[in-house]
Amino acid sequence: MFGDKFVPINNCSEADQMEDPYQVIHDTTFRLLKKAATVLPKDVEEALKAAHERETNETAKTQLSAILTNMEIAEPGIPMCQDTGIMIFYIKVGDKFPFIGEIKNALTEGTRKATAEVPLRPNAVNPIVGGNSGDNTGVKIPWINWEIVEGDSLEITAFPKGGGSENVCIVGMLKPGVGLTGVKKLVVDNAMKYMGAACAPNIIGVGIGGGSDIAIKIAKQQLMRPLNDKHPEPEVAKIEEEIMEAINTTGIGPMGLGGDTTVLGVKVDYAMRHPASLPVGVAVQCWAARQSKAIISKDLKVTYVTHPLEGN
Amino acid sequence: MTEYHLTTPITEEDARKLKVGDIVYVSGEHVYTARDEAHERALKMFEKGEKPPVDFEGSVVYHVGPVAWQKNGKWMIVSAGPTTSGRMELFEDEFLRKYKARILVGKGGMGQKTLAALKEVGAVYTSYTGGCGALAAKGLKEVRAYEWQDLGMPEALWVITAEEFGPLLVTMDSHGNSMHDEMDAKVAARKAEVYSKIGVKV
Repeated sequence: MFGDKFVPINNCSEADQMEDPYQVIHDTTFRLLKKAATVLPKDVEEALKAAHERETNETAKTQLSAILTNMEIAEPGIPMCQDTGIMIFYIKVGDKFPFIGEIKNALTEGTRKATAEVPLRPNAVNPIVGGNSGDNTGVKIPWINWEIVEGDSLEITAFPKGGGSENVCIVGMLKPGVGLTGVKKLVVDNAMKYMGAACAPNIIGVGIGGGSDIAIKIAKQQLMRPLNDKHPEPEVAKIEEEIMEAINTTGIGPMGLGGDTTVLGVKVDYAMRHPASLPVGVAVQCWAARQSKAIISKDLKVTYVTHPLEGN
Repeated sequence: MTEYHLTTPITEEDARKLKVGDIVYVSGEHVYTARDEAHERALKMFEKGEKPPVDFEGSVVYHVGPVAWQKNGKWMIVSAGPTTSGRMELFEDEFLRKYKARILVGKGGMGQKTLAALKEVGAVYTSYTGGCGALAAKGLKEVRAYEWQDLGMPEALWVITAEEFGPLLVTMDSHGNSMHDEMDAKVAARKAEVYSKIGVKV
């Protein structure tokens, strides 16, 4: 029942007949959402396995082992977590990509199809009049982060975000006088407050500067960086390391039940700040750090980046 | 640490045997899902003297909003890991007193109001590994009813037959013990060491 019914688009087809651009974006969206919900990106899987390997706390080892078993059960096509997230896409569209007008509808319809057929949990609730739309779409959802870049292709990252970890994201408007120590303290204090509530081991994104909205936007974008990625500026990389070490010293552990691994990664980036402000966004991701990315070329060839067609 | 395999309905005596650190697997027909809205509705019905569609006494109440789907007219649970129990702290003590559920299942633990009610009523709170929806679904064998559908799939009351559903780790018992409180104390004790890593003086 969970078989992959989706017929993959041939990466090396002979392109004599142009495919329908809407259909290609739609079908790609469906596969991205299905893969995101069911199979973790390789780096996250490896980090969880490594955490299990080195864990010394018995309870933590049991928690991590449940997580690893769960990943195996999910892999054939079952959502690993029942909270399949609120639908968020990050789009990088080339200024010369010829089918910009098709993208929004294709993402929305692909979301509807994935909700019905993967299936995903309907997670779009109207905050004013109540009621669940039933298909993960509705006012401003799926939320699409648009970025226009140079080029002629389209990059889609499906980033369905779980509610438990989202509920502990924060924005701090700090006094510039507290400096970087104050920034680190905000992130660490937040972790010691929510303990395991965000389904630790977590990944934490930190955005510094810009403004309240910019800081949290940068923070959330960090959650898409590969776990082994260090910030290119050594001063920032050092902040990443320090926060990670501090939080792993808390002993909060997987699910907050104690243990050695509380975070799998901490990723920091920044924008220039106003002289009077030191905004800090802290975005928290659960161990089920789901995302899936594909690139569609102008002649509609699809390359799956995080979940390649081979072996899946 | 003891491992228990219990069948519902669970008696007060059985529930009181369970201690923090024990592992429980449950089987039986009295496994119900309830999140914020189902708790609220059940309490409202009690006030009005109405009967909910199930008898919660002796049951396992699971804080979860499952992914389910219908196949040949029959609902089945696809993925069903726990949701954050802290949200239910608003209602859980009253719910326990009025309905006498014996095992709560969730993640993240609950607060002092619930801990007191567990002691008073004779019930435990157990933690299931968050995010492990596919694994949990294996123990949730059959959906017998999908009640309160107007609340939507996550918030509805799912009536489930479980088979060896677990491992559920007892993290709050009826003797006033809470592993979550212990963890808070342990983490607080490490605060100075944690702060020293980021140059914060205590």
